[in-house]
Amino acid sequence: MSKREHLKDDYLENRLIRRRLVLSALFILLLLGILLVRLFVLQIVDYEHFSTLSDSNRVQIKPLPPTRGLIYDRNGLVMANNLPAYRLEIVREQVGDIDLTLEALRQYVEYSEQDLKRFEQASKRRRPFESVPLKLNLSDEEVARLAVNLHQFEGVEINARLTRNYPQGSHAVHALGYVGRIDERDLGTVNEVDYAGTTHIGKLGLEKFYEHELHGTVGLQQVEVNAKGRTLRVLTEEPPIQGNNLHLTIDSKLQRVAEEAFGERNGAAVAIDPRNGEILALVSMPVFDPNLFVNGISVANYSALRDSRHRPLFNRALSGQYPPGSTTKPFFGLAGLENSTITHERKTYCIGYYRLPNEERRYRDWKREGHGPVDLNDAIVQSCDVYFYDLAYRLGIDRISSFMENFGFGVKTGVDSTGERPGLLPSREWKRRTQGMPWFPGETLITGIGQGALLVTPIQLANSTAAFAKQGTRYQPRLVQRVEKVADGSAVKIADRVVSRYRVQRDANWKHIHRAMVNTVHSLRGTAHRISLGMDYRMAGKTGTAQVFEIGQDEEYDEETVAEKLRDHALFVAYAPAEDPQIAVAIIVENGGSGSSVAAPIARRIMDAYLVGSS
Amino acid sequence: MNQAIDAESISLTRRVLDALRLDPVLLSLILILSGFGCMLLYSASGADDGSVVRQVTRLGVALLLLVAAANLPLRLVRKMSPWLYLGGVALLVAVMFFGEVGKGAQRWLDLGFVRFQPSEILKLAVPMVVAAYLANRALPVGWKELVVSSILVLIPSLLIARQPDLGTAILVGSAGFFVLFLAGVRWRVILSLGVLLSLMAPLLWKFALHEYQRKRILTLLDPESDPLGSGYHIIQSKIAIGSGGVYGKGWLNGTQSQLDFIPERSTDFIFSVFGEEFGFFGSVVLILIYLAIIFRGLYIAAHSTENFGRLLAGALSLTFFVYLFVNTGMVTGMLPVVGVPLPLISYGGTSMVTLMTGFGLIMSIRSAKRFLA
Repeated sequence: MSKREHLKDDYLENRLIRRRLVLSALFILLLLGILLVRLFVLQIVDYEHFSTLSDSNRVQIKPLPPTRGLIYDRNGLVMANNLPAYRLEIVREQVGDIDLTLEALRQYVEYSEQDLKRFEQASKRRRPFESVPLKLNLSDEEVARLAVNLHQFEGVEINARLTRNYPQGSHAVHALGYVGRIDERDLGTVNEVDYAGTTHIGKLGLEKFYEHELHGTVGLQQVEVNAKGRTLRVLTEEPPIQGNNLHLTIDSKLQRVAEEAFGERNGAAVAIDPRNGEILALVSMPVFDPNLFVNGISVANYSALRDSRHRPLFNRALSGQYPPGSTTKPFFGLAGLENSTITHERKTYCIGYYRLPNEERRYRDWKREGHGPVDLNDAIVQSCDVYFYDLAYRLGIDRISSFMENFGFGVKTGVDSTGERPGLLPSREWKRRTQGMPWFPGETLITGIGQGALLVTPIQLANSTAAFAKQGTRYQPRLVQRVEKVADGSAVKIADRVVSRYRVQRDANWKHIHRAMVNTVHSLRGTAHRISLGMDYRMAGKTGTAQVFEIGQDEEYDEETVAEKLRDHALFVAYAPAEDPQIAVAIIVENGGSGSSVAAPIARRIMDAYLVGSS
Repeated sequence: MNQAIDAESISLTRRVLDALRLDPVLLSLILILSGFGCMLLYSASGADDGSVVRQVTRLGVALLLLVAAANLPLRLVRKMSPWLYLGGVALLVAVMFFGEVGKGAQRWLDLGFVRFQPSEILKLAVPMVVAAYLANRALPVGWKELVVSSILVLIPSLLIARQPDLGTAILVGSAGFFVLFLAGVRWRVILSLGVLLSLMAPLLWKFALHEYQRKRILTLLDPESDPLGSGYHIIQSKIAIGSGGVYGKGWLNGTQSQLDFIPERSTDFIFSVFGEEFGFFGSVVLILIYLAIIFRGLYIAAHSTENFGRLLAGALSLTFFVYLFVNTGMVTGMLPVVGVPLPLISYGGTSMVTLMTGFGLIMSIRSAKRFLA
């Protein structure tokens, strides 16, 4: 037996294969027989049943879109809700000639090419006899005109449906984001069944990030329709489940104070509770009205927003990347103490500029005549650049970048919104990778005063400041406090999340910097001294001024040309009360000049509103 | 006189077909079926000439490939099998890393001028390589051959199943195992594998299937449980076919199809349109044409003079049957919804090209026999 296996015998093998082929053929006949029986049952035995289903009384399944969850601020003020709005909708099956109908409708209602395109797109993915919106948000006048003439149009309907509305208008728009009509791109990202019947989807910000919470669950209705698709009666109904409500960490009152404090200026402000990472205010100025986007923004409105010099659509708080300027000096100071590169008593003599050994180039202090002998406290209080050039030089870029990582520089904070950017924490490795060049010592110096390649986003700066206030405990900042299920009223509180916990080697190290920041605000020589007048709590802060245009390495310092080009960003970071920090802020005023005169007063107003106004 | 001309023209056709090494029986059956397909597509696409023209163009290209494949010497086909297989598997791996994602699965490779699914190559390469491997060895297959062949089949099948493209994985896997079956794997092996598989079924259910695949199987058992999703497809497809009755509602008159109740009605669900418009009678005729094609393929396999040809022609014909059965089983609600088109009829070029090339190979096997005889 086993021997035969090793011999090739074509006759036997052919017989074997043929036997198997015949077996296969029989098996095929059997299966096709089953298929024919199946068809026989469907088409002949059950013909009556299916024919009835197909012919006169069609059963249709209609999706019932859920109501989108509401958004409240931390005190229960409604930030986003849903209002009924009239829509012009068309059931294609009931319309004779669709092109003629669309043309004739133009007499009564104006609709744009964009509306038409969306209508065509939605028509493609609709179920039979499902109405497709042509125009949303009809005006009362349009409703009246159409209603009178509706009898001419078979298959054209006016339906009232709930539409997203932002009752506060442009207030807090960059925190909320907005919804818009679903387009082809969105469809790829969602389950089509869940979105059957849904016309809007979160496009930006919270509305997008929490889409899965806000949307809700689709319901369905089995209805009996006649041959023309008219609903005869509802057979069964499974109601939709409303989306979850969001309760924000944002305090609308505080947000409003911050927005108003900016006046006509552009910039961003973020206020965070350092004890848990809750974002109390998230401001990016200027703002725009999200209601414009809900039902499709007109081309004119959109291009006005898009082309505006002030870029209102740009979310500066999350996406804007700015040089932090002197606001990073406290961090560098702490880095120096922690690495034992300096002591708080050691003095550096500031003569108005700093020179690297063996180099001609002068790195200038903002104060031309110099600060004289300064220790660490003086250097922060007066924002002495020379002190920090020297410190940065001693630390070296490697220790600087690895220390700054502990406070979240160079990485996204992970805030629960869209569009956040990571900023940039330069390092040797980064420079080699992106520019293929070695790191120059001069770059370390300008990094030491928060210039050069170093970039931060306002939310990052606020979060780093909050982490500093908590002596190194950094929370993930977030905009949502709890998610409320409408059906049973239960709410899930979103847990605080600690991202990293840096432990200072000696408490005294942190205290030296902390005290210097308090002195920056409260001592007579402090750069933010002006805002301390009449303040009945104590604040720790640091001013900053960031050059927008970099002066070339070889350019000689020429005050006149520089003065023209210099439209500096004004920055300020702070936390208060100094003894027990409850709020940390970062303010950036674009082209605002100096941090002390423009940015710091905004912080004062926010802090006052939060600490004094609320008590 | 007339008869003489007819005889002459017939013999002329005959001569041309012979010169091109084409099998007249198989070719005419394929053409009849494709003709049916275009007619049906016209109806399913809502009388859209464009779709039909595109489909006819694809048909032309596919037929050219058929002729080309039919003219490959069988010896060469056998020699290139391992290379085609290795190339195909390499492309599958490439698609894992560089592939384009369409409809949630990573299947496509973009070569700039053409986008294609490497898994299609494996539909031919897998049976080819297993047949080439077993052709020189003594049959029935021993343990070593069984293990080697199984590995050859499983590697690409699992890669494809991971994409995930269950339909194609089933086709590729069954093509390979059909070769083994024909090569005489012992019944006790087949039986014990069957037992093992049914024992492992709960595990496979839990770990090997995607959530959506499990859902589809559950939906099959109870279509009403998901009336807005894939249950909707099955319900509507059954209504369409059932309401066709004995003779159907007539071409272009299927209300279910024309009123857009059937999803994917030009592609995977085109048989529903057929059932509604041509009824039970039409369905029987269609199935008989398919049966004739499959049996012609099996006949060529049985009359080939060498094992490579026998195994390959047999396996390709049986795979063709799997196409047919999985698709019709799906639209009649007997099998779960798996993306397998109705062969030679569904709209789309990818499977058409592979199928036609396969038929070309079968014809090449037939000619090889005649040259030797």
